[in-house]
Amino acid sequence: MRTARTIGLMLASLIALASFGGSLLQRFDYSRQDREQVSAGPSQEHWLGTDALGRDRLARLLHGTRVSLTLAPAAAGIALLLAFLAGATPGFVGGASERVAKIAIDLMLSVPWLFLLLMVRAMLPLNTSPAASAAITFLMLGLLGWGMPARILMARAQRLRRSEFVVLARASGVSRWRLLCIHVMPNLRPVLLAQFWIAVPVFILAEANLSLLGLGVAEPLPSLGSLLQELETVLSFRGDACSFAALLVMMLMVGSLQIAFMKHEVS
Amino acid sequence: MFLLRAVAYRLTVVAVTIVAGGLLAATLARYAPGFGTDERQLDARLNRDSLMAIRDASSEERNIAAYYTGALRRMGHGDLGISRSLQRPVRELLVERGAVTLKMVGAGLALAWLFAAFLVVAAWWLHSAVVETACSMAGGLLLCLPAGAVALLLILLNLPGCVAVAAVVFPKVHRYLGELVQATARMPHIVTGRAKGVSDAGILLWHVVPVIRKEVLALAGVSVGLALSAAIPVEALCGIPGVGQLAWRSAMARDVPVLITVSLLVVGFTVLANSGADLLADERRLVG
Repeated sequence: MRTARTIGLMLASLIALASFGGSLLQRFDYSRQDREQVSAGPSQEHWLGTDALGRDRLARLLHGTRVSLTLAPAAAGIALLLAFLAGATPGFVGGASERVAKIAIDLMLSVPWLFLLLMVRAMLPLNTSPAASAAITFLMLGLLGWGMPARILMARAQRLRRSEFVVLARASGVSRWRLLCIHVMPNLRPVLLAQFWIAVPVFILAEANLSLLGLGVAEPLPSLGSLLQELETVLSFRGDACSFAALLVMMLMVGSLQIAFMKHEVS
Repeated sequence: MFLLRAVAYRLTVVAVTIVAGGLLAATLARYAPGFGTDERQLDARLNRDSLMAIRDASSEERNIAAYYTGALRRMGHGDLGISRSLQRPVRELLVERGAVTLKMVGAGLALAWLFAAFLVVAAWWLHSAVVETACSMAGGLLLCLPAGAVALLLILLNLPGCVAVAAVVFPKVHRYLGELVQATARMPHIVTGRAKGVSDAGILLWHVVPVIRKEVLALAGVSVGLALSAAIPVEALCGIPGVGQLAWRSAMARDVPVLITVSLLVVGFTVLANSGADLLADERRLVG
């Protein structure tokens, strides 16, 4: 298990390194169109060929991976912050705030959030820039994806509230705020970190689903999800094997993150 | 008496969650940056009066509380509104497409559960680490794919939409079910049963299934939500005329009445499934 985790972590780091380092070395801009070489196969000039608009696939793949790897962790950070505020804090404080938070979490968990995401993403202004569309897509993922981490953080915070050291500290007159910041936060850090790394692949996959529906990151900016739209050309038998490159990178990235930070569903 | 009270409580929870879920959906749509923007406003052929009429048409949706209360009141009378993009009553659209989605989601769920249960039982029966690892790897591979990509790959293989839904639900069900059975197999009474020579089938049927019943029912409730979420990309990309495709088309056309009604419907369906599963799993129900 430990070996699998190490391999997963190394693979994820390698992909991240390739996308960030490779973007600096690449010769082509992700949006530059070479009208002479439309849907071309792999060549010395374009290692992974070109897409239907003559854009270099490798340049788009590297840039797209970088976009996803920058914004998905940012969205996970937002989700975790909300989860902490809506889950851990009421769980630690208890009382009415805990009951209200529980209802809110249950509501978030019972709403299939792809529907909400679809709705909000569809309401973006018609002239939204590609960079803004990418930021808003991942922002929405962060704002709607806090339900599950909040439930886990709440359970952990409730356990901490009842722990001996917290009861002792409260009996000694330590304020709730000080207790939360200085004593509870360090104990929640491992759970927060685990939830963060679990959320990253989930958000990459959610963005991919939105992009496949034409509601994700807008053209010409690539993301791992928007690059999957090229798979539709395979269905009309116009694509080649390199059309699957983005899918392969996504599977490797998501798979390695899932293996590296795998948790058991049942303990 | 307890059953009646439990059912009443669950129904109240369902009603409150549906109303809150619809309000959440309506609020998100109302405060999204491009609310009220209509592609027709860009049409250079339209005169000023026509543009004003288009703007006025969406003005009643600006006050979210008034709009949502009005929509709920109309829904109470069975009027779900008119689709702005398709120019047809939303109720008619949902009746037409609901059956298609229910059939696909139902078949997908049945396939996913049957396959997951079969593999878990096979791994239990064979005591083979190879079978277990192979199943975990297959499930893990599917977990790395977005539902849309699964749908596209299945179109290539000429398979129906329910298989795509099953492919999305299966890995999650299989993983949880597998871990649940493994964790139960380590319990002292199961180990004792094995030591006393009780057969594998006997242990599974009489000692494992009753222990995991509650969790399995909860998982069944959750899997309904998963399948409904998967239905959107699957129907949209495979061209299946269901509610998922309607939601996608309405999203593209900024059709707020359809979007809010579909959200309410999906939230209701998911919450009902979860509450039903909770009710069935409640042991006190058996006592009466």
